[in-house]
Amino acid sequence: MTEPVISAQGLRKEYGDFVAVDGIDFEVHPGESFGLLGPNGAGKSTTMRMIGGTLDRTGGQLRVLGLDPGRQGPEVRAHLGVVPQQDNLDEELRVRENIVMYGRYFGLPRSYLGPKADELLAFAQLEAKAKAKVDNLSGGMKRRLTIARGLVNEPRILLLDEPTTGLDPQARHVLWDRLFRLKEAGTTLVVTTHFMDEAEQLCDRLIVVDHGRIMAEGSPRQLIREHSTREVVEVRFGSQRNAQVVADLEGVGARNEVLPDRILVYTDDGEAALEEISRRGLHPITSLVRRSSLEDVFLRLTGRTLVD
Amino acid sequence: MSATPVPAPPHTPGPRPFRSLSSGNVGAVLERGFTVIRNQNWMILVSGFFEPVLYLLAMGVGMGGLVGEVVGPGGQPISYAAYIAPALLATSAMNGAIYDSTWNVFFKLRFAKLYQAMLQTSLGPLDVAAGEILMALFRGFVYAVGFLGVLALMGLVTSWWALLMVPVAVLVALGFAALGMGITSFMRTFQQMDLINFAMLPMFLFSATLYPITVYPEPVQWFVMAMPLWHAVELMRQLSVGHLGLVTLVHVGYFLAMTGVGMWLTTVRLRALFLR
Repeated sequence: MTEPVISAQGLRKEYGDFVAVDGIDFEVHPGESFGLLGPNGAGKSTTMRMIGGTLDRTGGQLRVLGLDPGRQGPEVRAHLGVVPQQDNLDEELRVRENIVMYGRYFGLPRSYLGPKADELLAFAQLEAKAKAKVDNLSGGMKRRLTIARGLVNEPRILLLDEPTTGLDPQARHVLWDRLFRLKEAGTTLVVTTHFMDEAEQLCDRLIVVDHGRIMAEGSPRQLIREHSTREVVEVRFGSQRNAQVVADLEGVGARNEVLPDRILVYTDDGEAALEEISRRGLHPITSLVRRSSLEDVFLRLTGRTLVD
Repeated sequence: MSATPVPAPPHTPGPRPFRSLSSGNVGAVLERGFTVIRNQNWMILVSGFFEPVLYLLAMGVGMGGLVGEVVGPGGQPISYAAYIAPALLATSAMNGAIYDSTWNVFFKLRFAKLYQAMLQTSLGPLDVAAGEILMALFRGFVYAVGFLGVLALMGLVTSWWALLMVPVAVLVALGFAALGMGITSFMRTFQQMDLINFAMLPMFLFSATLYPITVYPEPVQWFVMAMPLWHAVELMRQLSVGHLGLVTLVHVGYFLAMTGVGMWLTTVRLRALFLR
C-alpha cells in the first residue's frame, strides 16, 4: 500500500473544557477522495484547520505529506489547496487578481501565474468575470473562484470544507462536476459535509463523525450495507398519529425509526413492506420507498438526523 | 476546460528559523497592499494626509492669530503654527500607525477574513504581521513627506534638520505599529477596541502638543514624559528648528526601545493573533 498523504492518530483539540475533536484516527491515501460526514459542530472544520496547520492541536499525532503541520505550517501548506467553509475572497481585489495574488502568497512567479490564472478562470467558468468585483459574483461563482484560487499552487491535496453549503441545486451540480474533474486528474480531495448526497457523490471513503469522535468508517456503499438495510419505506400518518401507529408496524421490516414527521421502516424489500402495511389496515397519508442512504447510517449510529 | 494545464515551478523552501511562522515571503503581502492602493484605496491615503493639514490651519493659523509668538525649543521666539506643526506631524504618524495596526488588522481578521486566506497559503503569521507593519510605515512615510511639503510652502521650515522629520515619522510609526499589533492580539470585541481610541485622544491633547509641558505641576509632567507621544513631539520639535542635543538621542532611544518591545510582544502573540 502507498504511503498515506495524511495520517492522524489520537488527534485531539480542546477549547478549555470543550472537546471539539476527541482523539480520532484516520489515513488518507494519494488520489483518494476522502470525506468527513457529520452534523454541524461535529469537529470537521476543526480537523481541517489542524491539517492545514492554521490551528494548533491539543494532542495526538498528525502528519501531512510526512510533515508536522503544527511545526512546518508554511511547508505543508505549499502543497495544500484550502477551500474554507465561508468564502474568504479578497474583496479589495478583482476576480483574476484574487487568483494571481493568492499565487504570489505561495511565492510563485508572475510568469507562471498569468497563464495559470487564465487556465483556472476557464476551469471555474469565470472567464467573462475576470475583471469583475468579487462582490458582484453570485454565491456559486464565488465558490468556484475560491476553489480555482485554491488550485493555483497545483496542490497535492485539496481540502474542501462544506463545499456546496448555501448553494442552489443547479450551482451544486456545476460544482460537483468541477470536483469530479479534479478527482479524475488525480488530486486527493478531503471533503467535509453534512449532506449525505454530497458524501455519496464525491467520496470514495469516509468517516462518520459526531461530537468529535469517529462513529464509522468505510465507502458509502459499505457503510450502508453494514449499518442499514437495502431499502427504506417512509410513511407519514400525521404528526399526532405517528407515535401511536408505530406499535402496529412492529415486524414489518427489520426495524423502525420514528422521526417527528414520519416513520422509517427498514427492510430489504420496500414494496413488500408497503403491501404488508396496508394489509394490516394502516393507511399512511403519504408513503415512499427508497434506497438506504448515508442519512440512515447516521441515524442508526447516533439516533439523530444530519441536518437539524 | 480547453486551456492547457500550466505546470507549477518546483517549490523547495529551505530550512529557516521561525519555520512554523514564516516562509520569508513578506514581499507578497506588500504587493497585495500596493495593488489595493492602486485599485481603489488611494482615497484613504488622501484623507489621512489632510487631517494634520486641517489641524494646522485651524489651530496654527486660526488660533495662532490670537496666540502670536511663543518660545521655541532653543529659546528663540517662533510662530504658534511653527510650534504645533511638528507635534501635528508626530500625532499623525501615531494615528496612522495605530489605525493600521489595530482597527485595520482587527477588521481584516474578523470580518474580511483576509488573514485567514493568507494563512491558508505558505505565508506564515510572521510574514503577515511584518507585511502589515511595513504597509503602515509606507503610509506614515507618504503622509510625512506630504505634510513637510505643506510646511515648506507655508514658510514654516527654517532648518535643514527638518528633513529628518520624515525618517523620524517612520520610526515613530514603527514604534506605534509594532506595539499596536501586539495589543490587538488581546482584543476580542469592538468594545475593547474602543479602549484604544480612549487612550489616543487624551494622549494627543495632553502630550505638550498644543502648549508647553511646563503648564503642568511636576508629577503630571513626569506622567506625560512617560508617554510615547511626548517623546515624538519633542523629537519633531527639536528637528524642526535644528535645536539638537543629547536629549534628542534619548527620544530616539525611547522609540527604538518601544519598537523592540512591540516586535517582541507581536511575535510572541502571533499565534494568539492569527491562529485562533
